[in-house]
Amino acid sequence: MEYLIDSTRYILMGCTVTLKLFFITLILSLPLGFICAMGKASSWRTVRVLMDSYTSVVRGTPLLLQIFFVYYGLPIIIPGLRLERFNAAALTFILNYGAYFTEIFRSGIQSIDRGQYEASRVLGMSYTQTMIRIVLPQTIKRVLPTIANEAITLVKDTALIVVLGIGDILRNSKEIVARDFTISPFVIAALIYLGMNYLLVLFFNRMEKRYSVYE
Amino acid sequence: MSDMIHIRGLKKSFGSLEVLKGVDMTVRKGEIISIIGPSGSGKSTLLRTLIHLEKASDGEIIIEGEATLTQSGEHISESQIRQRCRKLGMVFQNFNLFPHKTALENVMEAPLTVLKKDKSEAIRIAEELLAKVGLSDKRDSYPYYLSGGQKQRVAIARALAMAPDIMLFDEPTSALDPELIGEVLSVIKDLASEHMTMLIVTHEMTFAREVSDKVVFMDEGRILEMAPPEKIFSDPDHPRIKTFLDKML
Ligand SMILES: Nc1ncnc2c1ncn2[C@@H]1O[C@H](COP(=O)(O)OP(=O)(O)OP(=O)(O)O)[C@@H](O)[C@H]1O
Ligand SMILES: [Mg+2]
Repeated sequence: MEYLIDSTRYILMGCTVTLKLFFITLILSLPLGFICAMGKASSWRTVRVLMDSYTSVVRGTPLLLQIFFVYYGLPIIIPGLRLERFNAAALTFILNYGAYFTEIFRSGIQSIDRGQYEASRVLGMSYTQTMIRIVLPQTIKRVLPTIANEAITLVKDTALIVVLGIGDILRNSKEIVARDFTISPFVIAALIYLGMNYLLVLFFNRMEKRYSVYE
Repeated sequence: MSDMIHIRGLKKSFGSLEVLKGVDMTVRKGEIISIIGPSGSGKSTLLRTLIHLEKASDGEIIIEGEATLTQSGEHISESQIRQRCRKLGMVFQNFNLFPHKTALENVMEAPLTVLKKDKSEAIRIAEELLAKVGLSDKRDSYPYYLSGGQKQRVAIARALAMAPDIMLFDEPTSALDPELIGEVLSVIKDLASEHMTMLIVTHEMTFAREVSDKVVFMDEGRILEMAPPEKIFSDPDHPRIKTFLDKML
């Protein structure tokens, strides 16, 4: 029993890293996605092409490869640019999830009736005001279920950072497994991931309820 | 200078399709003008070009003495155009209310964001306007829960919140069930009795006849005739107008 508590405590220490990566990624990649989605809707061709290349490259290659590229590859291209392990992972995750959110927001923005833009315009609202006050809230409501799915995937994807030797949930449990030759740490890790995702689902359900008041 | 709107040689094409083929029109202060005509004749396009929802191909638009489009092609900045178009309010056929905002919030939106009023002042304006269109009890309802007629009245209140001098209506009752048309028309009549300058595209001939100072008949991108309702409805210059009206009644 004592053993289980001890290992659980050790694995939970890895939670800090996992949670930190999760929140930093989510908080930064969502606005990044929205801004890039607006870029995709822009009438400026260069911006559109740039955004299209960004999302196709990022979504068309493995996240693991991207992590390696940022951590090991960047210093080779730009000598001296060696990011700290966690920062490299966070940067990669933000860019990666930003690309997925770009596509999600793009389809959400596209589904907004153009009458909404016209009504805003004849009221004298600027493009930015229209996007932030009229289009964004309606888009969020529509993409919320998809965002929820992505967030759950993100919880699981954070485990990929073991490849950089960062002590997250997975790495800490693996250490104990290797040391004590027991699989219970894996079970504990699984339960922690499950618990996190359970909380996420609760959170998003509540958000969806809040956004459903208007129809 | 009592010309509210002055339009000269206004043209608009969508690709190779010329929808407005040179429209001239002058609207004086307090005038109520109904625009009628067959489907596809360019009535909506005229209003939309006037308020710069569509970019005109050619012509001149002057709103209360200030140009928003010049024939000489003189450049008018986007922000100047927006500023000058504030004199115009517009109401759409399908309301275009903001679904995520309550009736009150819909009306408050422009005073808050465009006129930069503080919140309590915006609420005051919005409450007053909702009372004016008879919807005080619906202030906290979302559009989804309103009937078509109620939605359109909120939309009218929302447009009035910018205190426009001229109101444009594009078939304000066409999306409504017949029994709801009356409540919207009566709000427009209230505005008429306050001498609001209005351009109203409508298929409600009785209403047009009753409320307008002038009726404009549009056909194939041109104004065929602009005259007082008595003249248009009983003795139009053009036989086409007579044919059209006979079909409508
Ligand atoms: N955005 C657009 N792109 C291409 N063609 C358009 C566009 N908007 C309008 N048109 C065309 O312009 C013509 C005039 O349209 P408009 O909507 O102004 O007619 P209308 O007089 O308002 O007709 P209705 O009574 O049916 O509303 C039509 O042939 C229409 O198909
Ligand atoms: Mg029309």
